[in-house]
Amino acid sequence: MRRWLWLTVGLALVIAYPLLFSTPFHQRLGALVLLYAIAASAWNIVGGYAGQVSVGHVVFFGCGAYAAMGAYAHFGLSPLVGIPAGIAVAVAIAAVIGVPTLRLSGHYFSMATIAVAELLRLIVTNTDYLGAAVGLSGPTVPRNVFDVSFISALPYYYLFLTVLAITLGITWWMANSRMGFYLRAIRDSERAARSLGAPASRTKLYAFMLSAGLTSVAGALYAMMFGFVDPESGLGILISVKILIMAALGGAGLLFGPLVGAAILVPLEEISNNMLGGKGAGLTFVVYGAIIVLIARFQPGGILTLIKRLWAKRGKRAESPAAAGATHAP
Amino acid sequence: MSFVLVQVIVGGLLLGAIYALFSSGLTLVWGMMNIVNFAHGDFVMLGMYVAYVVYTLLGAGPLLGAPLAALVLATVGVIVYFALIREIMKGPMLAQILGTFGLALLLRYSVFWWFGANFLSLPQDIVGGTFVIGGLRIEASRLLAGVVALLVTLGLHLLLTRTSLGSKMLAVAEDSTAAQLMGIRPDTMQAIAWAIAAGATGLAGALIATFFYIVPTVGETLAIVAFVTVSLGGFGSVPGALVAGLLIGVIESLSAYLIGAVYKDIVVYSLFLGFLWFRPQGLMGKS
Repeated sequence: MRRWLWLTVGLALVIAYPLLFSTPFHQRLGALVLLYAIAASAWNIVGGYAGQVSVGHVVFFGCGAYAAMGAYAHFGLSPLVGIPAGIAVAVAIAAVIGVPTLRLSGHYFSMATIAVAELLRLIVTNTDYLGAAVGLSGPTVPRNVFDVSFISALPYYYLFLTVLAITLGITWWMANSRMGFYLRAIRDSERAARSLGAPASRTKLYAFMLSAGLTSVAGALYAMMFGFVDPESGLGILISVKILIMAALGGAGLLFGPLVGAAILVPLEEISNNMLGGKGAGLTFVVYGAIIVLIARFQPGGILTLIKRLWAKRGKRAESPAAAGATHAP
Repeated sequence: MSFVLVQVIVGGLLLGAIYALFSSGLTLVWGMMNIVNFAHGDFVMLGMYVAYVVYTLLGAGPLLGAPLAALVLATVGVIVYFALIREIMKGPMLAQILGTFGLALLLRYSVFWWFGANFLSLPQDIVGGTFVIGGLRIEASRLLAGVVALLVTLGLHLLLTRTSLGSKMLAVAEDSTAAQLMGIRPDTMQAIAWAIAAGATGLAGALIATFFYIVPTVGETLAIVAFVTVSLGGFGSVPGALVAGLLIGVIESLSAYLIGAVYKDIVVYSLFLGFLWFRPQGLMGKS
């Protein structure tokens, strides 16, 4: 019961946020938090639930971004039309990376993702059809609402919120389905899971493909909001880093972990960029690197796991005089 | 035509020797501790910057810069081992990959912040000019770098296979509990392995810096080169890394010459994916 109460309060706050903080800066910030939360939640499916650390997730992000902008730039269509194409390409690439590497130890998977990300960035940078180093632009003056080009960040905020809700819904459904149980078993001990008949490689591959498709949607939304994509903003390694660190900081393998991570890191980056200017970009990633190292070293479960543990400890201390047998409520 | 081709292949071999040297560092740690150092390329980058700083502060070339880079990176390696690796090795896979990947970012962007994003380079004649052997034009810097890298890689192989230190390290790699029962300290051996691996990598960085561009993000490209080399040569194998490194150097030079310089990385990265598909155990490994 209490869990649903918290969830309702949280949801109400998230819906009301852009109305409570109605300056363009805050609305844009809110939209960016949600956008990165979508990408990080998608990463979480393969990185958190399946325990396969992709360090090149920007590949799928880029697929979506380029497909959306390509639909407009080459065919004069709404960027929305590009989304299915982006998903298809992303899922296909995921299969190409996943089929050989998910049979091997996790290191190979991580190395392959990083290599594919660089490979694709180099190819796109040298392909004129995809705008080469300049990139592709979206509609500067929207023809109708389907061009998804707004001046205010408010429509983006609610669009992203809807997509995030769908992403989290899919994640929740997956985690509680047979696939989710397989994934948890595989993550804890792949050998044991295999011996009990869980189809390990195939399940990991499905998780990876699902994650890729959702990440591609995040990329398409990103391109629509910014109105353009180039190799750096659509396929740069730093996008991968942001996606990964947000999920890991909040709590990899937890439903709301990526959202918490995004809500902490996106404002932090905006503030440091505003305060330090161009020089801040380098410093931001020094801090990101330090955060990742510290998480790995001290708290691989992320902030939410830490909070949960502290909460459980406090609860235990408060309950211990009352002893067991008191609470059996769901 | 064929003469130019020979020139290109010799250039590729000399570059490949350096690839072999820093890939040996990666393969040593991977084979011994089953951990992939995602910051490996950035260790090479640090070696390059040590060489650059030695040049700008003291005006000295690789004669001082290379040993100093090896020393600095060996120290970094030991620190990284005790502060980070030893702990994350016990953790889940997520922690292992995040740990070294975070380290890569930390190193890369600390250097970026300090030195800026500009391309730096050492003066072209830091080692001496170009000379001609039997019609082949070879830059002295590349020759020195290639030959030293080749010798050090061979030395590394001898160290691992012919000395008692090497046997102890192999014993820890095989079974660290059993090694401990025989009176070998796994902790010390692993720290030494990190010192050697990082030191060799720093040396490679200082050598390559004599003719390569120096930029904070160069580690990303070089890390992938090391991944390709190690997966080609079979993990844990220094001779494998040597053969694979030379091969990658030649392939890269040939594709730069035949297809175009921008495509050389594309060829090498594609090769990596091809290998993961068809021979993940490497050229010489058994399945």
